[in-house]
Amino acid sequence: MAAGADTAGRPSWAARRRLSAAFWRRGWLRGTFLLPPPLAWFALLYLTALVVLLISSFWRVDPFTTELVHDWNLDNFTRIFTEPVYRTIAVRTIGIAAAVTITDAIIAIPFAYFMARLASPRTRAALFVLVLLPLWASYLARVYAWRLILAKEGVLNWTLAQLGLPTVGIAYSNWAMWIVFSYVWLPFMILPVYAAMERIPDSYLEASTDLGAKGWRTTRSIVLPLAFPGIVAGSIFTFALTLGDYITPTLVGGASSQFIGNVVYSSVGIANNVPFAAAYAVVPLAVMGVYLLVARRLGAFEAM
Amino acid sequence: METRATRFGLWTWTVLVVLFLYLPIAIIVVYAFNSSNIQSWPISGFTTKWFASTWHNREVREALVLSLKAALVATSIALVLGSAGAFAVSRFRFFGRETISFVFVLPLALPGIITGMALNSYFGFWGWQLSIWTIIVGHATFCVVIVYNNVIARLRRTSPSLVEASMDLGADGWQTFRFVTFPVISTALVSGALLAFALSFDEVIVTTFTAGAQNTLPLWIFGKIRLGQQLPQVNVVVAVIIALTVIPVYLAQRLSRESGILRRR
Repeated sequence: MAAGADTAGRPSWAARRRLSAAFWRRGWLRGTFLLPPPLAWFALLYLTALVVLLISSFWRVDPFTTELVHDWNLDNFTRIFTEPVYRTIAVRTIGIAAAVTITDAIIAIPFAYFMARLASPRTRAALFVLVLLPLWASYLARVYAWRLILAKEGVLNWTLAQLGLPTVGIAYSNWAMWIVFSYVWLPFMILPVYAAMERIPDSYLEASTDLGAKGWRTTRSIVLPLAFPGIVAGSIFTFALTLGDYITPTLVGGASSQFIGNVVYSSVGIANNVPFAAAYAVVPLAVMGVYLLVARRLGAFEAM
Repeated sequence: METRATRFGLWTWTVLVVLFLYLPIAIIVVYAFNSSNIQSWPISGFTTKWFASTWHNREVREALVLSLKAALVATSIALVLGSAGAFAVSRFRFFGRETISFVFVLPLALPGIITGMALNSYFGFWGWQLSIWTIIVGHATFCVVIVYNNVIARLRRTSPSLVEASMDLGADGWQTFRFVTFPVISTALVSGALLAFALSFDEVIVTTFTAGAQNTLPLWIFGKIRLGQQLPQVNVVVAVIIALTVIPVYLAQRLSRESGILRRR
């Protein structure tokens, strides 16, 4: 009886093992079973949605019935390029995104250098967590905090008054947006720059010193060029995230601080003109496309 | 190498940056205890009364429940799809592999407003009503990326000889998965799930386009701040949310440092 059960169990056990081994050895077999679900999700929901969006930018909305009219035209794009207000908004968005990227790079480089080269392993681990946590701590909360800080009766003006300095009225302005964006995206810049700096071998810096280079010369000729891919990698985040944002402009920007995102948002939500919103959303998409191509040339993807 | 002055300068800079990162967060927590309902500094007195009134606010509760539900379902979908994708792509080179990796990270790389708009017009195209399910679809799409990245990073660091050894010793596929593969990736799954949950719980940009008339907690906060209503309660919610998002991320960070039964080096 026992022997019978054994022999009966044997072939199925062997078959199971053969099957497992086949799955392990042949990647395509595993892929055939595992890839379709996530791929279908992305293809059917996400990629198709993106394609529909791009297509709808060539459609228009009937002004009287507010129905979508599927006739192909370039009216939305003509409007974006000819009406000066949309050009102003696009230039403001891209300009502030660039300013934020540069500011974050300037803040991040010395910090990352200290973290990667001077800090003890324990301090380094602690700094890493300290940078990571704000990144995930609610984005809205951090923007709102700055709204309170920069307000007329806020912490900033109170501090200035205590120091006997004149108060400032930068709440609800482009300055406020610049500060807040630089604040919220800073960790995205620090982490890749730190990763790049950590990979610079000590011997390079020693060699530079041995050859008589002073601190600044070593920084300029060794550290910065080797950290550059990391800086570009960080700039992808700071630039893209600023480009697509409309929450911060709404909360801390002024009446004349509209971003591309605000126009897109109100076109969808208030005016119910999806084709125009889609056409305008192509602007950050195109800018990011070019940016990513340049970034890849500069080796940013290996540094991420 | 560096002179003492340089070292001191860099140290000071680092301290200042950490202060810059944390002061606003500290300030928002202080405001949650502000006894006045006028938001000015310094706060006029210390009270915990807003915590009680926020807890009894029906809108806040409903938004919280919706946020938790959406985050839980989105995280579950992301766990299944993200790890399936990671297992399929790892250790297997095929035509179009790079394209697939690229597509998986797209929802994080593209500006949120584009993802949001795309989903919004797509749902409209099919005539789907915006509901909790449309919120979940939006969230799951970028949560998949988080889980995928975590699991694939762990699989890359894991030596394939472990699985081969297990099979040589007579384990079948299920046993190998149960006793070797799963323990190796379990902490990566947990940390991926925690990060995905935190991301979904906090998302605003995509959600504004997929939520319709309902409010998740971030949408409630955004609406109230914009209109300047119920600000004392907003302060409380925001302070609590910071705690709620920071804890999972801190845990995830600890989990991904130690890789289960496998330690590199």
